[in-house]
Amino acid sequence: MQRFWFLTFDGLAAGAVYAAFALALVLIWRAARVVNFAQGAMAVATAYVGYAVASATGSYWLGLAAAVLSGLALGALVERVLMRFAGAGGPLNQVIVALGLVLVIQAVLGMIFGNGYRPAPAPFDTDALTIGGVAALSPYDIWVLGAALTVVALLAVLFTRTPVGLRMRAAAFAPEVSRLLGVSVGRMLTLGWALAAGVGALAGMLVVPTGLGLHSHAMDLVFVVAFTAAVVGGLDSPVGAVVGGLLVGLILSYVTGYLGPDTTPLAVLVLLLAVLLARPGGLFSAARARHV
Amino acid sequence: MTATPTETTPAAPSPLRRLLPGAPPGGGPRGSTLLRHLAVAVLAGTLVVLVTNQLAPYQNLQVARVCAFLCVTAGHTVLVGLNGQLSLGHGALMATGAYTVALTQRGLDERAVGGWWTLPASLLAAVAVTALGGLVVGLAAARLRGPYLAGVTLAVATLVPAVTTIFTGVFNGEQGLRFPAATPPAALGAYFQPERWLAWIALAAALLTMLLLANLVRSRFGRSLRAVRDDEVAARLAGIPVAGTQVLAFVVSAGCAGLGGGVYAVLTATVAPGKFPLDLSLFLLMAIVIGGLGSLAGAVWGALLLVALQDLPGLLTEHLSLSAGLAQRLEGNLALAVFGLILIVVMLAAPGGLQGGLRAVGARLRGAVRRRPAPGGRSPDR
Amino acid sequence: MTAVLEVEALSCGYGPVPVLRDVTFTVPAGTVTAVLGANGAGKTTLLRTLSGLLRPSGGRIRFAGEDLRGVRVEHLVRRGLAHVPEGRGVVTELTVAENLRLGGLWRRDRVDARRAQDEVYELFPPLAHRRDHAGHQLSGGERQMLAIGRALIARPRLLLLDEPSLGLAPKVTAQIMALLRRLRDERGLTVLLVEQNVRTALWVADQGIVMALGRVVTAAPAARLRDDDQLRHAYLGF
Repeated sequence: MQRFWFLTFDGLAAGAVYAAFALALVLIWRAARVVNFAQGAMAVATAYVGYAVASATGSYWLGLAAAVLSGLALGALVERVLMRFAGAGGPLNQVIVALGLVLVIQAVLGMIFGNGYRPAPAPFDTDALTIGGVAALSPYDIWVLGAALTVVALLAVLFTRTPVGLRMRAAAFAPEVSRLLGVSVGRMLTLGWALAAGVGALAGMLVVPTGLGLHSHAMDLVFVVAFTAAVVGGLDSPVGAVVGGLLVGLILSYVTGYLGPDTTPLAVLVLLLAVLLARPGGLFSAARARHV
Repeated sequence: MTATPTETTPAAPSPLRRLLPGAPPGGGPRGSTLLRHLAVAVLAGTLVVLVTNQLAPYQNLQVARVCAFLCVTAGHTVLVGLNGQLSLGHGALMATGAYTVALTQRGLDERAVGGWWTLPASLLAAVAVTALGGLVVGLAAARLRGPYLAGVTLAVATLVPAVTTIFTGVFNGEQGLRFPAATPPAALGAYFQPERWLAWIALAAALLTMLLLANLVRSRFGRSLRAVRDDEVAARLAGIPVAGTQVLAFVVSAGCAGLGGGVYAVLTATVAPGKFPLDLSLFLLMAIVIGGLGSLAGAVWGALLLVALQDLPGLLTEHLSLSAGLAQRLEGNLALAVFGLILIVVMLAAPGGLQGGLRAVGARLRGAVRRRPAPGGRSPDR
Repeated sequence: MTAVLEVEALSCGYGPVPVLRDVTFTVPAGTVTAVLGANGAGKTTLLRTLSGLLRPSGGRIRFAGEDLRGVRVEHLVRRGLAHVPEGRGVVTELTVAENLRLGGLWRRDRVDARRAQDEVYELFPPLAHRRDHAGHQLSGGERQMLAIGRALIARPRLLLLDEPSLGLAPKVTAQIMALLRRLRDERGLTVLLVEQNVRTALWVADQGIVMALGRVVTAAPAARLRDDDQLRHAYLGF
């Protein structure tokens, strides 16, 4: 029973990261109808920036800020320079361009930083606290949960209560009509990508310390899991992304905990296939109301 | 009694008929496409065989690798380019074929079963097993479109190699498996270059694959593939079984990838999960895009590109005198960065890839030739 | 009377297929101009070219004396040109209030934008009752009100309306048309109205432009189109 609680907390902490990452994917999907397959590689790149700044200045927090800022910039850049032009050739085009971007980013990172794992220390203690004899969350886990949920809340407020959020939603739902109403749809698209990449950057900084270290391929599996989470929640639904992330984090934690760590990849694959075959729309698929 | 004309329902065409090349648009004997392809295959095969005579062992090995990759890229480009299903998991399919060959060869060897037929049998097994895997993925994928399909195949590519670490008893985990190498038959003489023999094996596999796919592409099935890609609803209305077509395309593509993977394993007589990372699947996609999606000639370019990607870094660091640290960092990554950039540029500027570009140039040249007036002074009709 | 819109020899096409050929007409300020014609005559294309969604291949568009060439779609609403597209363009995923707010977001004067919003609620009581309902919960007539209301928040000088009566019950159509008349009379709003329902359109319009196969075949005061039987037979088929 103790083990169950430990796994639950562990799963929630991991799930929070997946939730943030999945949210980034959903953001771009809603804005541009494309899955950003480069999200993982972009997050790794910004994590490298973050830790470079952190070790140069001695402050993890400066590094975190640098990572998020470079994420915002990278997202905007990718949209303006690449994705804007990639859509013209068809839906496959953007995916392939994103994959090309993955290859380039990972190769450049390898060239600059080498192929080994770099140390990525966590800002807080990663040992689990014991509450009433039960191993619960570590201080780091609490930070992860707090940061991820704060970002989610901020985004929710941004989208539902601010003018720019309204513009972004309108631009995503009905681009042509929005233009007629004076919304600069192109700018909103860039903003959407920037935000998504920023969130991805934060998620990257949160997850890297929990792994083997900083490496150009560090986010490969995270991307696949986050994609699974987004699919589970329904690509169209931000709430679904968050719930999906937490759910997938929990499921994986239990599977890994009870069946062994080697089974994790297989579990992810089985989960993804199961969801796509049974409920392709995800758990939270809202009826897609076309604008009339 | 006069014979009354009766309505006879024509016998349902044998399903195999759909796979045979259809009659060319202008009419003509049904088998002419097949014969043409056979002629090309024989010619190409003979040419390459002659070339291998002149090559050094390492170069023959390169030829062999190109041929092995060609099996994979050809099937892959048909699936992605002609059928519109974006598979990011062909690396995993290659691995399946490779491991099947390894296990079959080891199994036969352990039972002291020998003979010339063991290798073809192993390769056949590789094709069958991988095709079965393709069936499973294809069935799941048939209901999926666009990013969902890409995501699932990406998951397959990322996660299937992990199977080797779960069942370490069978697959021997990270270390992989060794199996008996394919040696040239005694009939060729004692001093026959083994790498040349490997090149011949790979060549045979590649020619077979290209022949099959070339005919498939020209057949009714090939047209169904394209129809489903271009407009699913219209295809369904026209009576094409969309899901069945998608699944069959996956199976065929997987079988080819399995053959390629099996041959690839034979070239080194080893197999290990480290040889089939996620990157390989992305490289395969990159290769067929740059070569030209949907084009079998483009698949050839793609295969050449893949071998270049593997060999260039070594060449570069050999010829440029770099510090060991820098060399290690550049190794692999530089070529990768360049090819990744090329991929992006191709997608943005020339979605037709290399083959598309060549085709465009060729068309322009042909147009220029046709526009020249005939000696009599009359310009030809447009 | 000054012209709010002057169109000269406008041509437009989808790729190599021409849809508008050499279209010329003017819309005087404070009037309702109806664009009539059969399906495929180019009426919707005309509106989409005017609002910049389609790029013309030739000709000129002058709005309030200024050439619209090269002006981006997003900027037209600031200049006073509002377009309610075919199908109404209500963003069904957003609420009524959000749709209306969207219409006024570009305005610097937030106070006036707020005031305009209240005016719209006064003009369309059903919208006021369903402020927080999502767009897809509204009936066709309510959506039309919302679309027009949203356009009015921009306090436009010219309103382009594409087939407002489409899919609406006759009673609702009459209400909408009566509203247009009121807006013209009370606020001096200029309207360019594309309509398939000729009778309704002629009832509210001041002038009518009949299009066929991408060309303007005749432009005449609405009264003449209504009363002159020959003219009506020749161009409107009844």
